Amino acid sequence: MISLTIDGNVVEVEEGSTVLQAAQKLGIEIPTLCHHKSLLPYGACRVCLVELEYSWGTQIQASCTYPAQDGLVVNTASERVLKTRKIMVELLLARCPEVAPVKQLAEQMDIKEVRFPKKNEDCILCGQCVRVCEERMGIGAVNFVNRGREKKIAPAYDRHSPICMACGACQVVCPADCVDLSKITKRTLRPIPLAFDEGLSGRPSIYVPFAQAVPNVPVIDTNTCMYFQKGTCQACQEFCEADAIDFDQEDKVEEVEVGAIIVATGFELFDSSEIFRYGYGRLDNVINSLEFERISHASGPTGGKIFTKDGREPQAVAILHCIGSRDENYHEYCSRVCCMYSLKFAHLVKEKTEAEVYNLYIDMRAFGKGYEEFYKRVLGEGVHFIRGKCAEVTDVPETDEEKGKLIVIAEDTLLGLTRRLPVDMVILSSALIPGSDSDKLSKILGLNCSKGGFYLEKHPKLAPVDAISDGIFLAGACQGPKDIPDSVAQGAAAAAGALSLIDKGKVILEPITAEINEERCSGCQLCIANCPYAAIDYDEEKRVSVVTEELCKGCGTCVAGCPSGAAHQKNFEDEQIFSEIEGILA
Amino acid sequence: MANESFEPKIVGFLCRWCSYTGADLAGTSRIQYPPNLAAIRVMCSGRVDPTFVVKALRDGADGVLIAGCHPGDCHYAEGNYKAMRRFPMLLNLLDQFGIERERVRLEWISASEGDLFAQLVKQFTEQLRKLGPLNWQERIEALCTNL
Repeated sequence: MISLTIDGNVVEVEEGSTVLQAAQKLGIEIPTLCHHKSLLPYGACRVCLVELEYSWGTQIQASCTYPAQDGLVVNTASERVLKTRKIMVELLLARCPEVAPVKQLAEQMDIKEVRFPKKNEDCILCGQCVRVCEERMGIGAVNFVNRGREKKIAPAYDRHSPICMACGACQVVCPADCVDLSKITKRTLRPIPLAFDEGLSGRPSIYVPFAQAVPNVPVIDTNTCMYFQKGTCQACQEFCEADAIDFDQEDKVEEVEVGAIIVATGFELFDSSEIFRYGYGRLDNVINSLEFERISHASGPTGGKIFTKDGREPQAVAILHCIGSRDENYHEYCSRVCCMYSLKFAHLVKEKTEAEVYNLYIDMRAFGKGYEEFYKRVLGEGVHFIRGKCAEVTDVPETDEEKGKLIVIAEDTLLGLTRRLPVDMVILSSALIPGSDSDKLSKILGLNCSKGGFYLEKHPKLAPVDAISDGIFLAGACQGPKDIPDSVAQGAAAAAGALSLIDKGKVILEPITAEINEERCSGCQLCIANCPYAAIDYDEEKRVSVVTEELCKGCGTCVAGCPSGAAHQKNFEDEQIFSEIEGILA
Repeated sequence: MANESFEPKIVGFLCRWCSYTGADLAGTSRIQYPPNLAAIRVMCSGRVDPTFVVKALRDGADGVLIAGCHPGDCHYAEGNYKAMRRFPMLLNLLDQFGIERERVRLEWISASEGDLFAQLVKQFTEQLRKLGPLNWQERIEALCTNL
């Protein structure tokens, strides 16, 4: 360890540290421009100047590059330091009068007048972009070119760089916000879509999935992380003070033994682009309900402000109900929640903007507690309700008024008129559909599906939470479209059902297992081949097959396949079924 | 043989998980279908011993329906495949007795296909009505005298 004195305070730092790091350890603030935590010190901006005291006098040095030495005495705020820094900032301000961090520093240092010839550059030549590209990305697509007054940052030969991969790291680190990617590469920056914001906003490669995520810790997306892709970067490690970033962690498959399973896999939203005429994915500002949900949310990409794609406040918004549901071509069932959230959307648009709102509905289904009252309230807010399903959303105008708008064409069945509504935003209340991998799960768990593909409950009225197989419970929209109160209620019921099973600590088997009559068994072992559960073993000594009762699920396939009538199934005996047949046909 | 007023008797062996639940759904959904089919619940279509079918036909049934889960959906993993493999042997046996193959059907009905079940019963009933009564006793006697 090295011990040095900064502004009269003694501090110990590790060997290899810089004076700047030592000062930061003491909490002494030294202004910097070219310094970046994850990049090697460079000393370009000279703003971080400090005064070093020696026996023979003092010396001005850049603290970001000067190594800490034992016994060093440093002044960070002496008159000489402040004066020299001020000149440095003044010089920078003369070069870049419009760059925000320079302006801010000048303001702090009370610089009003610049005494040097003024230029109007936007780059402060801090070299952070050069260093991040070289050191962290391992590319080196840009560098300093020319010298003196002509010095600037550019790709080789001032041509589009063939090696730049448009990762955008240079843009991220640039303190002057002056990197123009289009001058560096022909590639365009593609943000990584944040799934929680429905892809409306981008995210870094290391991110917290969403604010309420459990566990609430960042994850690394190995598909985009430069370390996993190229073995470079690792910049995040420099910032993590807890030293918690571990690149060696891998996905683990854990096996857990449980006594009950609650299936709560939820739903997916119908892909509205399947219906071409509504223009989803084809026309700007045609969005689905989850996207609007994010746009209108305070933590969403627009901070809760309702904007069209080009950042304007909409003047008219159309909300189209029943997209893909109650539609024989797509899903016949009613998605149940759309009417109410469409009303909520109408209410939000009215609350946050001056826009006219049109709700195009087939039937208004305000079925729950307080829902009809809410419908009345939204009616009173001046939302237009048009009874009729939208025929088409188009951007082809017929009149001047429709120019630059989306036109919603629909028949108003109450007025008996075809209407063309010019709007700025169209919200599609798309159907709730089963998860795309719900089939796979149903095979694994032995669940049955009802007609729309949602999981089937044991009984629609008497056992709406139990799955058909014992010990499995259903909760939420995986069993059918439902709103939040219903999902919560079903979830609580499922939890109670699972608890009561676990509490018993034992499982009651149905008395329907198979048995093999030893005296009749010829030892042919056909039953062993028939059994899907490996519940039958061959007793070598007795030369007969034996059923392990705990493993037998009682399907009876072995019984039907037994050529000697030795296998039989309790309560589904041949004689019993024969009697049933006789009874039916008597 | 066709007789419009003839009401065939059908015995149905329905697997508990899919087809019986499907039939139940047809009932709870109040879907109308002919009362000609009487259902016997078995745990799996794999439990259906061919002797059940023969017994039903001998005791006076005009047709037999075996219904199980769709292939791949069996609650017992593969019971319906076992049923599927036994079925051709049963048909061969029927041929030997001189009984029309159309009198016995193996169908897949899932728990959500209540309407399909009703449709199937309707259609099977019509089919058997066209075929006429089985008259097992007469047929077997005829078979014996021909031997």
